[in-house]
Parts: sequence; structure tokens; C-alpha cells
Amino acid sequence: MELIQYALDNLELLTSRTIEHIALVGVAVGIATLTGVPIGIAITKNERVAKAVLYVASIIVTVPSIALFGIMIPVLSLIGQGIGYLPAVIAVLLYSQLPIIRNTYTAIHNVDPALREAARGIGMSQNQRLRMVEIPLAVPVIMAGVRTAVVLNIGVMAIAAYIGAGGLGTFISRGISQSDPRQLIVGAVAVSLLAIIVDYSLLAIQKRLTPKGMERAAETA
Amino acid sequence: MIRLDNLTKVFDTPKGAVTAADHITMEVPSGEICILLGPSGCGKTTTLKMVNRIIRPTSGKVFINDEDTTGLDTQDLRRSIGYVIQQIGLFPNMTIEENITVVPRLLGWDKARYQERARELMRMIALEPDAFLKRYPSELSGGQQQRIGVARALAADPPVMLMDEPFGAIDPINRAVIQDEFLKMQQALNKTIMFVSHDIDEAIKMGDRVAVFREGRLVQYSTPDDLLAAPRNAFVESFLGEDRALKRLNLVKVREVVSDEIGTVRPGDTLEQALARIDDFGYQNSILMVNDRRQPVGLITRALARTTKGYCRDHFQNVPATVALDDDLRKVASLMFAQDTTWLPCVDEEGRVCGQITQRAMTHHLGSRFRPTQEDDAPPPDAATRE
Repeated sequence: MELIQYALDNLELLTSRTIEHIALVGVAVGIATLTGVPIGIAITKNERVAKAVLYVASIIVTVPSIALFGIMIPVLSLIGQGIGYLPAVIAVLLYSQLPIIRNTYTAIHNVDPALREAARGIGMSQNQRLRMVEIPLAVPVIMAGVRTAVVLNIGVMAIAAYIGAGGLGTFISRGISQSDPRQLIVGAVAVSLLAIIVDYSLLAIQKRLTPKGMERAAETA
Repeated sequence: MIRLDNLTKVFDTPKGAVTAADHITMEVPSGEICILLGPSGCGKTTTLKMVNRIIRPTSGKVFINDEDTTGLDTQDLRRSIGYVIQQIGLFPNMTIEENITVVPRLLGWDKARYQERARELMRMIALEPDAFLKRYPSELSGGQQQRIGVARALAADPPVMLMDEPFGAIDPINRAVIQDEFLKMQQALNKTIMFVSHDIDEAIKMGDRVAVFREGRLVQYSTPDDLLAAPRNAFVESFLGEDRALKRLNLVKVREVVSDEIGTVRPGDTLEQALARIDDFGYQNSILMVNDRRQPVGLITRALARTTKGYCRDHFQNVPATVALDDDLRKVASLMFAQDTTWLPCVDEEGRVCGQITQRAMTHHLGSRFRPTQEDDAPPPDAATRE
């Protein structure tokens, strides 16, 4: 009861922190999609490059977020942005690369060779093949990668409160430093709920973006 | 017309160079279907795919309608050649209409024109345009999908088509139907077609000419009838099968073998007269009875005519079967076996008796094509020269 009361009393703050959180993750994953999808497509042309890129992306994900923030402080301090918004966005951007690149690569790589041959045989250029066939077919899997990135990084972004990036993580960090379980729990629950809700919303978008003729195939994927 | 001039493909594999197609030289005349036939790995598919550069030739040239295609842009070349593959390869993200119109759209046709073309193509492949154009490939059966595959290849009305085992993945009943439909379409369209198959029966049915491949080489190139009558060597002979004489039955129409001399009796004739006619014509067992319009109505048997008195109309047996002029000999042979008879009456379009076909005439016809080529080992003039 006490918790609900606290949440209601601080509804305005809770709302603005949630929006802040969504904005941070949204911008970062948005940029990550714009970079990750082209990289994922590009590396389908060369298996060795693909392996190397995916390897690097995997290593990045293994670096703990706290450590990543720590590393970025001296580097970004050079441009006066050691803490706050920029390092938070960069961290999420880096973490998002693996799921997005990997899913894009896998999706394009796994397009039925018969379709690729048909597309070549009727005279599509490489770009036409990508635009008319391969990317539309890959969209559901690419979107699944974006979803993974978003959910993963809603958690990461909570920690970014420690470097002053704002977001729902501030409730948690304050809760710990002030030994206030109400703030701690409200923050944690809010982060979890946000992750679940966003995941479902993106799933709805994913279904809408799935080409109509593939709905049956996409449901089993 | 498609002409291949010393077309060669050498693949570099870890085990060394493999020659998949070795100096293939052949010509498919305009408006004909040429079947590339052979066991797997014989080079037939490689040869086909070099025509539209899905596989790049190591050396040699491809001419289409006397134009050397070597200098053409790959995409332009492919858009001017219809291409049908066994896996069909319809794009699942596109509607049937989008699939069919993909080449016209690549060629920059305006919308009204390619939409009208889609409807025209659907009618050609006997699928209702309104029912199918807005649907997706996954909603169609395999046979319907391959019809769409053929329609897609025909969309921009290319003079030349390449078909890589197009009906191989379809169940036998539907395959026969689609083959027939396709042959009917081809009669109207007159495309020059290269068609890969490993099925000798399909080759005989579909092909105006058959090119038999083995280990990257063109072994024999001739009409189906010549192929069956005079296989070039032991390999071709074994590939065609020991029943190749029976397979030829498919290729010969009744009208080529029919004898228009046939003795008949009328219902009003007496059995005595019938017996006399049976003897006159030298028939062994029976004679056909026809009505005023010369339609077959019954059989008078010799045994009955000899022992009974009366009129034919009171003592006839049913006619076991008749054949039409455009039936093939395979059907005739089948009817003869089923009815235990050595001859069948032949009727024209109006059902009037126009002759008879005998087992002896059939075997003689097949044999006369076998005999000279068996004695004389010289290759037929249109056969490939490489061995």
C-alpha cells in the first residue's frame, strides 16, 4: 500500500522519468538500427568479414555496462561529455549492435536460395533483389533483433542513472543511496513493466511490418 | 533460335578442375522445345544456366536469334529470357499479381499495361484472375504455384524460355495436366524453349528435339522418334530403357498407321453374305457392321456366320472399342491388349468408320523405322557430331 501511495504521490516525476527513459533507449536503438541493418546486410557478401564483425559485436556485449561507462568517462571528457546523456546513448548503441546485426545477417543469409536464383534469373540487379525480395523477407527477423535490443537496453539504461543520464534508474540509485526501499522497488517495477509493455508494442509493429503472404511463416518463427 | 557454340564450363573444386560442360555445340530452332536430358551431374543444368549466365561460361558463345549475347548486359539479357525453376521460386512477400508482373515492372511498363497483362496471363494458364491475383503464393497449391511460375516467365513475352525441371516437384497426376496445358499454350505462343529433364517420358512427350548429355558432353541430339529408333550408343540405349520400342508408341498417331481399306456389312445383309465378305477380305474372326451413316454398331463373328442363318442385325456382338485418328498407338495397344483383339476400327471426327488399325501394321511401322538404322550405323544427319 505504501508503495502504491508513493508511486501515486510521485506520479508526475515517475511519468517524466519514464519518458526520459524511453527517449534515451529510443534514440540509441534507433541509431543502432540505422547502422546495424546496413552492416548486417553488407557482411552477407563476405563470410570472413561477417565472422569478424559478429565476433567484435559479441565481445562488446560481454563488457559490463558499469565498466563501459567507466571507460567512456575519460574519453568523452575530452569533449566535455564524460557523464550524462551522450555516454548513455553510446553504450546502448554499442550493446544494440549484436542483436540487430546478427538478426539482419541471419535473415538475409537464410533467404531461400531458390528465391535468390529466381530473382537473378528474371533479371533483378543486386539492389533490386535486396529491396524487392531479401529485405521484405528479412523484416520480421530484423524486427525481432530490434526488440531484443530494446528490452536488453531498457535494463542497461537503468544503470546509466549512475552517470547522470536520468531515466527510471534514478529511483533505484536514490533508493539505494538513501536506503529507501519505496523508491528502489517502484523504480525496479517501473523498469520491468516498461520492458514488457514496449516488447509487446514492438511485437505488434513487427506483425504489421511482416509481408502479408508470410504471416503464417512468421508466426512459427 | 538458341545456338550454343562450343560452350564450356570448368569448375574449380578442391579436388581439381571439373569440366561440367564440354564444348557443347547445338541449335534449338525457333518455336521448338528442346529437352536437355540425362542423369544427374551430366551437365544439362549447367548448360541451361549458361544461357542466362546464372552460371558464367568458361568459354564458348550463346547466340539468341543470331545475336551473340556475350556483349549484352546481364540484366537485360535475363529480362529477355523467361526462366522457370523446379523450386518455382515465387516471392512469398508479393501477391500473385506482383509476382507475375515483376519483369514488366523491372522493364518499366506503365501500370495499366502490366495489370492488363497479368489478367491476360491468368486466363492463359486457366486461373480465374479475380480469384487469384490478390492472393499470396502460400495460399496456392503446388500445381497452381508452378502455373504462376510459368506465367511470370512469360510476362514480358520473351522469345526464349529456359525451364529447369519445371514440373519435377509436382505430383504425377497434376504434372501430366500441366504438361498438356503447357503444350497447348506453346502451340499458340511458339516460344523457343530449352527444358531440362531427367525423365525420358517427359522428354518424349514435351520435346520437339532431345539432347542427351553424359559427363558434360552432348551424346546425341535428335527428334524423340529418331532417338528411340536409333540410339547413338550403349549409354543412350540403356538410358532410354529396354522398353524404348513401347515408348515410341506415344509418338505415332493412328493416322500414320491406319489402313483405310476395311470390309464392312450392313444390318440388312444376311449372315451368309457376311461370311462371304469375311472370306473375301481374309479376316480371321469377325467383320464390322456399320449403320447407314457408317457408324460402327456391331461385330459379326465368323463362327456365328457359319452356323446360323438370318440377318446381321439380329446376330451381332458389341464393338469392343474404336480409336480416333489422333489417338497415339500407346492407347491403341492398350485397348488391343485389354480387348484381346488384333485389330480395331478407326473412326473420324463424326464417328464414321474410316479404316482399321491392326497389330501387324503397328509392329511393321515401328520395325520399319528400326531396321534401316540398325543395319546402317551412320548417324542421322541432325545428330550431334561429338561423341
